[in-house]
Amino acid sequence: MFDLFAISQDRIKELTKYTPISMLVDVEARVIRNTRLSSDYNVIALAAPDIAAAIQPGQFVMVKSGRGPLLRRPFSVFEVVRSNGRIEGLTLLSKRIGVTTTMLFDAVEGDTFSCLGPLGRPFETVDPPAEAWMVAGGVGLAPFATLGDALLARGTKTTLFYGARSGAELFYLDWFTSRGIRLVLATEDGSIGEQARITVPLERELRDIESRIPNPESRRDVMIYACGPEPMLEAVANVAGTFKRPSQLSVERVMGCGMGGCYSCVIPVRDHGAGSERTRPTQHYVRSCIAGPVFRGEDLLWD
Amino acid sequence: MLVQFSAARISSGISLGIWDVGFGAWDLTDLSVEIGSLRLQNPLIAASGCFGYGVEYTDAVDLSTLGGVAVKGLFLKEREGHPPERIVETPSGMLNAIGLQGIGVHRFIREKLPELRRLRATVIFNICGSTLDEYVELARILSDADGVAALELNISCPNIKEGGITFGCSLHGTFDVVSAVKKVTSLPIIPKLTPNVTDVASFARASEDAGADAVSLVNTFLAMAIDIETRRPKLSNIVGGLSGPAIRPIAVRMVYECRRAVKIPVIGMGGIASARDALEFIIAGATAVQVGTANFVDPFIWPKLLGGIDDYMRRHNVARIADLVGTIDTTAREKQWISS
Repeated sequence: MFDLFAISQDRIKELTKYTPISMLVDVEARVIRNTRLSSDYNVIALAAPDIAAAIQPGQFVMVKSGRGPLLRRPFSVFEVVRSNGRIEGLTLLSKRIGVTTTMLFDAVEGDTFSCLGPLGRPFETVDPPAEAWMVAGGVGLAPFATLGDALLARGTKTTLFYGARSGAELFYLDWFTSRGIRLVLATEDGSIGEQARITVPLERELRDIESRIPNPESRRDVMIYACGPEPMLEAVANVAGTFKRPSQLSVERVMGCGMGGCYSCVIPVRDHGAGSERTRPTQHYVRSCIAGPVFRGEDLLWD
Repeated sequence: MLVQFSAARISSGISLGIWDVGFGAWDLTDLSVEIGSLRLQNPLIAASGCFGYGVEYTDAVDLSTLGGVAVKGLFLKEREGHPPERIVETPSGMLNAIGLQGIGVHRFIREKLPELRRLRATVIFNICGSTLDEYVELARILSDADGVAALELNISCPNIKEGGITFGCSLHGTFDVVSAVKKVTSLPIIPKLTPNVTDVASFARASEDAGADAVSLVNTFLAMAIDIETRRPKLSNIVGGLSGPAIRPIAVRMVYECRRAVKIPVIGMGGIASARDALEFIIAGATAVQVGTANFVDPFIWPKLLGGIDDYMRRHNVARIADLVGTIDTTAREKQWISS
């Protein structure tokens, strides 16, 4: 499969080069509806049809309220909203943390938010017979509705490992199961699913495959997708590495512009420098907005 | 510039190639300005450090329609910059301590400049140096590069320890860097001044005396923000540079002071987020303006700024934007001041 220390200079170049965005739109998007899922979480539908039509799973939009903070904030697109077959807009899954997310939580129909996108490098889908295992932590569920749909459209068998603090913070479970996505749930308080971090069942299932099928050649390919808090992403990358499975992780860093202009959302990736000596890799910062937000797990270093 | 037509183009938000179309002389506004030997087609420049290497923004703006593109400041060699967190938002502004992450001059010339040439961008290269020799070496290299229109000398970045701002905070240092670079290049030289000094006008004067073709100001204000829950600084570098609308009135005052102190053009910047803001700088004495933080918020801002300036010129019967530069009228206020 892959070697943890064999990221080439070419790969670094590929990671750092500018990703062309086919169609960039900034729209003052009207709130179509705002559904509160809990006291913190909401799903807000915004009338941004041009962005919704162009968005690929894993891409994000930069959102700003005219009455809110100066800078925009990044959000993964959760769903594409269709009405009578026409694309009407997109939804964002948001957790109330700061000023902008509070405004999104409190928004009512008819309010507007400036919405810039599509931005960033999307997930790469996999085709059968490979399987897709999506790992979501909390609000990190956001990119997996569109990714799940894209995978199912390709006929790829898809599983969602979904963890949260408690069962009250697990959302859209029926949405996923009704589409035929297998759910594996874990909560920190054990109120729904296993009482564990979500990486525990992930690791167990990977080990199960290994013990059932000793010959690596005979095992089916599994692509692991993950989005959630960085400690979870690091754990997923480590588990994937242990079982020699490829992973694609969607990271979230403090972002200024989303376009590659400000260099604030950087994340360290492995860099061997000029030599090919197998020494400890040095790190190299890349902009997570244009080199990501989706990275291969083996490329990332954790600070 | 045809306003009716420009309005249509502006609403499309794609391009500002508006003066390419046929027009009658009666509805023409001349937006061009001169910075030394360099003629800019309009006074709007993308500010260094806020526009990547320019190529990142081609989906939002046609670079050939900007007055200039001041690319991210570069040293001779590649730099990694500071660890995150690199920015934090503050009231009406933001703090940054990026630490001048960059690809170095050689990779820029190899990887970015050909693309910028193809896009017909007017490239203003922002030079950073740890030593006087590094500024000189960079100026030499860039004088031979095809597609660099001017050199902006970064002697004002507040976020790095070595070089840079140590030159910009000393009158002798400023004079020495500018005159040393002047000796090795015929490109227009624009020292970018720091506001973190007592009297910024004296630095504009030192730059002029050393042979600068213009000065640009202001770079960011040294500032900090602390998380009171953890008692930790919000930036990894502890301190950073403040930009955005929060600093605009101070920047306008500094441009006004510099304009009165020197004859060379002053390029103004600091929190410009609308045509009105840009016009305020121009009236205070800025021949051209740079826009930075606002581009983060709205990458489609450029045609809106230009349309607003054009509209103002027509309302006030200003045929040439150059005629508006430094036209602040202080006479009445001075009389009041004296008589009171």
